Amino acid sequence: MDDPLLLARIQFAANITFHILFPTLSIALGWALLLFRLRYTRTGDERWMSLYRFWVKIFALCFALGVVSGITMSFQFGTNWPGFMNTVGNIAGPLLAYEVLTAFFLEATFLSIMLFGMNRVSARVHTLATALVCFGTTLSAFWILVLNSWMQTPVGFEMRDGVAHATDWLAILSNPSLPYRFVHMLIASALTVAFLIAGLSAYRLLRRDRGPEVTLGLKVGVYAAAALIPLQIVVGDLHGLNTLHHQPAKVAAMEGLWDTTAGAPAVLFAIPDEAAQRNRYEIAIPKLASLYLVHDADGVVRGLKDFERHPRMTPVFWSFRVMVGVGLLMLAVSWLSAAALRRGPLPTWLLKALTAMSFSGWFAVVAGWWVTEIGRQPWLVTGVLTAADAASSVPAPLIATSLVMYLALYAVLIVAFVSAVFHLARKGTPPAHGEAAVPLAGALP
Amino acid sequence: MNPLEAVPAGLTGAAFWLPLIFVCLMGLAMLLYVILDGYDLGVGIWLQRAEPAQRDRMIAAIGPFWDANETWLVLGVGLLLVAFPLAHGVILGALYLPVALMLVGLILRGVAFDFRAKVKSEKKARWDLAFHAGSLLASLAQGTMLGQLITGFDASPAGLLFSIFIGLGLAAGYALLGASWLILKTEGALQLRALRWARLSAWGTGAGIAAVSIATPMVSPSIFAKWFSLPQFFALLPIPLASLAMFVLLQVFLSRLKVDAGSGNANGLRRWSWGPFACSVSLFVLAFFGLAYSLFPYLVPDRITIWNAAAAPEALMVMLVGALLVLPAILGYTAFAYRVFRGKASDLHYG
Repeated sequence: MDDPLLLARIQFAANITFHILFPTLSIALGWALLLFRLRYTRTGDERWMSLYRFWVKIFALCFALGVVSGITMSFQFGTNWPGFMNTVGNIAGPLLAYEVLTAFFLEATFLSIMLFGMNRVSARVHTLATALVCFGTTLSAFWILVLNSWMQTPVGFEMRDGVAHATDWLAILSNPSLPYRFVHMLIASALTVAFLIAGLSAYRLLRRDRGPEVTLGLKVGVYAAAALIPLQIVVGDLHGLNTLHHQPAKVAAMEGLWDTTAGAPAVLFAIPDEAAQRNRYEIAIPKLASLYLVHDADGVVRGLKDFERHPRMTPVFWSFRVMVGVGLLMLAVSWLSAAALRRGPLPTWLLKALTAMSFSGWFAVVAGWWVTEIGRQPWLVTGVLTAADAASSVPAPLIATSLVMYLALYAVLIVAFVSAVFHLARKGTPPAHGEAAVPLAGALP
Repeated sequence: MNPLEAVPAGLTGAAFWLPLIFVCLMGLAMLLYVILDGYDLGVGIWLQRAEPAQRDRMIAAIGPFWDANETWLVLGVGLLLVAFPLAHGVILGALYLPVALMLVGLILRGVAFDFRAKVKSEKKARWDLAFHAGSLLASLAQGTMLGQLITGFDASPAGLLFSIFIGLGLAAGYALLGASWLILKTEGALQLRALRWARLSAWGTGAGIAAVSIATPMVSPSIFAKWFSLPQFFALLPIPLASLAMFVLLQVFLSRLKVDAGSGNANGLRRWSWGPFACSVSLFVLAFFGLAYSLFPYLVPDRITIWNAAAAPEALMVMLVGALLVLPAILGYTAFAYRVFRGKASDLHYG
């Protein structure tokens, strides 16, 4: 472990992987809270308010973790990848600046009113604050995905003396992979939250928690998941076709295809051998990949060997299979649960399956991001800048030391987060406001 | 020595004044960050010195604000990143270790704030400790970073010692801001404690500012030249004089509030509880201007000016338009949030 480039990549990957866990939850959970709030206003049904009060605590936790891990990233752009801003700063800079200016302050400021202000402002202002927080988180996702998509499929710029200058902001803001990536990410967020809501509700039912809102939460989670997962599969497929058009090397790595092939098979399982540039123990369905990639059983799909610069196949190949595997599992469990819910209470084995899948969305999201980010290598900005050229000259031991520190901290925090979430689920919903409010900072029973 | 001598020859128009505007915006963001996050870091520094029951109230006094406060850091560093990309890489590369330590500190305290209220009660003390340790670590690291910047990243024992000393001074300054904020936002026994804390940290802050003012020109010859040449010396004189006046005024406020507290004069306590915070903020603003004057127009002393490091004018222009449109809105709704949570802090309730 003395390669500073690899260490810098691992460190940035660790930070960004840790970071994405929490915005993934807070984007859709914010909208879910707004839904609960609005349903309560509309129906007066206390169960919606109980759901709001339970989930707002988990939202606050996600938000705090997202903020602090995001601060880390704003520093690591400079410490790990100084060449990134020096080369494409004229494009990346304004996008990041707009994210901070239009989204971060909006979320952070109205969050306090959303969390602690219900008794200090009118119901209408409180609902508005909640809506602004949701809008802020989604807008933040938009800006950062504009930048990420531009790094994948750069357009609207010209190079002058080795530095990128924007020539067409409209083209940058509507770069070719953005619509697919943005929608794919938003649905991923919604699915992650749907499974978390369903999973924790199932967990509470398994523990014989008879709170009236628990079944309602289960229904919201299961039905949302069952409705969203087919949509996500379609959007994911479209995203893949877009990638095939713009970044064919990434698709070759995802598919496990070394040689350019007419009638390419869909590889279900294989151990890619990077040195020999071939697959071992391959199990594949003939012609299927050509069929779904170019819509012709005998169509030609380019293999990884065909590209002068391409990513390593193994991490992309496996991340892709984890993402698709979790997606299929989500499809099965959510549809079985939705069908069973229509007939009555869920059987214990389904409740257990849902509980086990509480955080399944995290695995799919992280695997999906690894596919798209590792699949872009060796480029940092496709065709413009490689990761190696952007790396800093910070010595390897220094990166290694701080990496160990970050990893230890992140491991502790993930364990603490998951156990705090299940601890909150065991405690259930606090009694209605006004009866015996539970102070945030007070001694909890 | 005229700072404008550092302007690269032939630089006119937007390429000249856009970096100037952006360094002002970045300075404003950093100043707001230091004051705003300073008081909540300061409350964290004092947390372990309070009774467990008082800690909830201390947390409640900063709960609605800390998140937005920290966003100013993201804006400040973000502006350094996007407007002066060259300097961002150089500065943060040189400060790699203190930056990493600061981030660990900020992460710890940010999450501890939320975890402490959501875990089993026997684990709460552990998260309180994490909140305290994270706040202290972040403060010390920030001060050390500042010290390293002033010395032009001098990694010799003397340079490091100076930097660590500035770290201690900044932590004392944050502790003063935190204690003054608590005087403003709390009542009773906790407020009395905060008065004592403010007294302690005021001396630490005063010693820190004085020592930094003496040491800074000694470690940096160019800063020495800037301070002690005529007529700049007289133009600069109001800053140390006003700082001294503010320090004395702070002591007057603290003594008066202590007398009021001792004699049970609730009216006096209510009326003057804003005084220490106002004085502490003024001290920070004055120190900031002194520092800005010393460094300008360099981002890295004697090496990188704002013009060397600036992004392309057209990129700066795109951001300036956004900043001018959005900053008033940000200041507006920040003021609204402070209004919603005005007055003495009460226990926080979700919902």
